[in-house]
Amino acid sequence: MKFNKAIKNLFIVLFSTLLISACSTAKKATVDTVDDVYTGTDTVEFLAKGVPDRIFFATNKSKLTTASRDTLRKQATWMRKNKDVTVTVEGHADERGTREYNLALGERRANAAKDYLMTYGVSGKRISVISYGKERPVNPASSPLAWSQNRRSVTVKAN
Amino acid sequence: MKKIFFALVLSIFTLQNAYGLITVDITRGNLDPLPIAVSPLHVDSKSEKIPSFETSTLGEEISKIVEKNFKSTGLFNPLKKDSFVQKPDIAHLKPRFEDWRLIKAQALVTGKLLIIDKKLKVEFRLWDLTAAKEMIALSFTTTPNNWRRVAHIISDKIYERLTGETGYFDTRIAYVSETGPKNRRVKKLALMDQDGFNTKYLTLGNELVLTPRFNPTNQLVTYLSYFKNMPRVYLLDIETGVQEVVGNFPGMTFAPRFSPDGKKIIMSFAKDGNSDIYSMDLETRVVEQITKHPSIDTSPSYSPDGKYITFNSDRSGLQQIYVMRSDGTQVKRITHGSGLYGTPVWSPRGDLIAFTKVRKGRFYIGVMRSDGTGERLLTENFYQEAPSWSPNGRVLIFYRETKSDSKGKGFSAKLWSIDITGYNERRLKTETDASDPSWSSLLSN
Repeated sequence: MKFNKAIKNLFIVLFSTLLISACSTAKKATVDTVDDVYTGTDTVEFLAKGVPDRIFFATNKSKLTTASRDTLRKQATWMRKNKDVTVTVEGHADERGTREYNLALGERRANAAKDYLMTYGVSGKRISVISYGKERPVNPASSPLAWSQNRRSVTVKAN
Repeated sequence: MKKIFFALVLSIFTLQNAYGLITVDITRGNLDPLPIAVSPLHVDSKSEKIPSFETSTLGEEISKIVEKNFKSTGLFNPLKKDSFVQKPDIAHLKPRFEDWRLIKAQALVTGKLLIIDKKLKVEFRLWDLTAAKEMIALSFTTTPNNWRRVAHIISDKIYERLTGETGYFDTRIAYVSETGPKNRRVKKLALMDQDGFNTKYLTLGNELVLTPRFNPTNQLVTYLSYFKNMPRVYLLDIETGVQEVVGNFPGMTFAPRFSPDGKKIIMSFAKDGNSDIYSMDLETRVVEQITKHPSIDTSPSYSPDGKYITFNSDRSGLQQIYVMRSDGTQVKRITHGSGLYGTPVWSPRGDLIAFTKVRKGRFYIGVMRSDGTGERLLTENFYQEAPSWSPNGRVLIFYRETKSDSKGKGFSAKLWSIDITGYNERRLKTETDASDPSWSSLLSN
């Protein structure tokens, strides 16, 4: 009887864990984009502690969000402290546009990031840009979440 | 690649008057394909043996290629050979029309070939079985290695005689070959005959390459290469393999195309977040800026007379198609429908512009008149884009990508074609996955 109860409790615990995790994945998919811009952290890497390497964009847009500007200010602060570092800003688009337009869009996104870094005191000479259009998805799935993670510009160390 | 020597000696030894003869209406789609019998070409017993070359079945092989070409148009119905009633050599001399009519054929192709002095001599005839008349008789001489092209040229001549339009079989497709996982694709420039044979790879796959396009004489290809991680427009000589960067631009150049006279390359140049359209004269190397607008201007394509350029811009806020004079003046937006429009390409006949349309998450290939009226959407799918015209302006080739799952599996990229009637959609076989097709002009003219 006691044993049975233990098993029962275990089941309850297991079941509720499953429920919670199911909720959290479901939640994630909806909460991770705000106004079509990815706000999660799944694909994000770091240039240094507390300095995320990438920002995200809305479909067909290259406007910087409040969160993107915050990230870029952290990058600028880090670059001002590490004066010998040069970077390449890689601009990307999702797979839902024509190839040539996406190349232009990636370039526009990378330059939006570059311009903001320059506004915060980083010399343009330390920043090169390259567009990969839709050629280098970070998430290869064909889903709204993957597309939002792929609409990005990534600052990478060039030296 | 070796320069292809093709001495095409066309001698028309009879030319029939055209009244009362069969014609194929290519404007209505494949509702009633013409039954046609393609007799194997008779191989002359005096033919020389050539090492590593099977002469005895050559006539059969050529007729198979002709049949396959005809079938691919959707306009012809090649009849099964087991019902054929006459031997190839006798049929070629003088068909018994009533016998061929019995198997419901309306047209008959006959021919013979001879290999002598290391040359392949071919002659063929097209017969109207209803009128009991010869419609065309041609002969030509070439090197035996060109035998597939012989079949394509025969196909073109017959297509031309029956439809009144030039053919598109003796042509090639340049495209991007794709292998590997979706997030680490290896891309190479590739070239194949229109029917998928004779595939050749022009780059090794060490750097990303995109959007190859033929020049008007099919000897050069312009394309985008990420060589040394600097995306720039390049020029490749197909025969010599020599590659060179086009112009010394301080930033990405992309979306290249030749002018109709082959003297210029028109392309986009991206600088400081803004893409404008430029042209470069290949001889003088003079660069001209054609659009100057703080929005994305890309995918330019000349009209066949070179007087106009159609392109793609988001100056209205969303991607739309525009037409301007080739000096950049008189810019006019021509698409106003709902959705986004991209990749405009002017038809070689000048009457239509093909495009990609994106609406409610679906991708369409369509055509419209060059003033934007008469839009017709030909095919809808999850993702497809980048149409390229057959040289006679009747068929479009484009690429289509499939949806992938959460691990990127299920993804594929394939070449497809469709008639501008909206009929006859079919997949082109390629050795690997493929994208960014460019259709050459006719190789023999």
